[in-house]
Amino acid sequence: MTITINGQQRRIEESTTLADVLEEFGTPARGVAVAVDGAVVPRASWPRTQLRPEATVEILTAVQGG
Amino acid sequence: MSGDETRVTLPPLVEPAAELTKDEVARYSRHLIIPDVGMEGQKRLKNAKVLVIGAGGLGSPALLYLAAAGVGTLGIVEFDAVDESNLHRQIIHGQSDLNRSKGESAKDSIAEVNPLVQVNLHETHLTSENALDIFRDYDLILDGTDNFATRYLVNDAAVLLGKPYVWGSIFRFEGQASVFWDAHGPNYRDLYPEPPPPGMVPSCAEGGVLGVLCASIGSIMVNEAIKLIVGIGETLLGRLMIYDALEMSYRTVKIRKDPSADEVTELIDYETFCGVVSDDAQQAAAGSTITPRELKDKFDSGEKFELVDVREPHEYEIVKIDGSTLIPKDRILSGEALAELPQDRQIVLHCKTGGRSAEALSALHNAGFSNAVHVGGGVTGWANEIDQSLPTY
Repeated sequence: MTITINGQQRRIEESTTLADVLEEFGTPARGVAVAVDGAVVPRASWPRTQLRPEATVEILTAVQGG
Repeated sequence: MSGDETRVTLPPLVEPAAELTKDEVARYSRHLIIPDVGMEGQKRLKNAKVLVIGAGGLGSPALLYLAAAGVGTLGIVEFDAVDESNLHRQIIHGQSDLNRSKGESAKDSIAEVNPLVQVNLHETHLTSENALDIFRDYDLILDGTDNFATRYLVNDAAVLLGKPYVWGSIFRFEGQASVFWDAHGPNYRDLYPEPPPPGMVPSCAEGGVLGVLCASIGSIMVNEAIKLIVGIGETLLGRLMIYDALEMSYRTVKIRKDPSADEVTELIDYETFCGVVSDDAQQAAAGSTITPRELKDKFDSGEKFELVDVREPHEYEIVKIDGSTLIPKDRILSGEALAELPQDRQIVLHCKTGGRSAEALSALHNAGFSNAVHVGGGVTGWANEIDQSLPTY
């Protein structure tokens, strides 16, 4: 199935979890938030979050400036 | 992005003041004739006490608009002085304020915008020791600080006191804003449980910021503050606003409380929590740091060494130390640039002020360049101490 991650289309296996996808995408473990279909998924839920076909995953990076 | 189920109607944060004077009615008339604000809403603003952390990029427009809107009491936490590099975005300060205390400068500008506002200056570093005492007297906090350590401190202090706060952060062309209020919704740690590793996300001083971005995000923050105080509209509680100035897009994503998050029970050592410089870099720098003066002595003595500037190419274009070679930090950390480094002489690293060069130094020591050193203070120290003809940025 196909998902969109940070605007890029990716093909993934049906059983892939959010944690798998993030690892493959090289997402840092700290200082990021990940939204699936417009809602942030808490980090502890990444390994048990199954993605639906056509899901939109967005990796947000914390910025500190003010 | 429906999200209706996460929205909560919040009661007004502040009780209304007893009355508005004739002058106040005249001044706030364009607010008063908006039915949703009206006399009652304006009286709530008059009674409100808002604490703004930092009179910098976000604090500047936020303070000016909070004052103009008639927020009765404004607290400002700021220890710094106005620098020339602030003026492209920190519009509460002007040319004649250079080197003045930012707090005093902001107070004067506020008095000019709205003399009815009471300003309390807290000219100190916000710390785990003083944060709760400073926050206690205020209804609402606006976080416009410039570093992760203070951002986690602000969050945790607000959680412990049960107070809401409006949060905004900026970098280059992107801004993020939200409302955090642990009593009614998520807090900052539900969004970002931990800061990024030190060095991964540059600060505005390292990476730059488009000046006007401060107004874009600062005005969202004031907008949310007014809504919280008056008790109108849908606030950003439970949502993160993401603004991209290049795409010109505003988007929101929902944030919910993380059930597995550790409860905030006390204030901690936030410098350690954020690892301001990583342990590896600190260890590498210990005993392997030279001063700009010592670098000058190396040049003067004719010693053979390789000076490597680990900043980015656009920074190198702004100012550089003659005789340096540019190899951006990431190329050293990834190992890619190691083969380009000479083996027959000492390597001296520098960056803007010494943070990035310390990270790169740790990588060089691990790669066997055991006598490599870095310049504490970087090119900024060099420009201040050795060659005052060079610009600083």
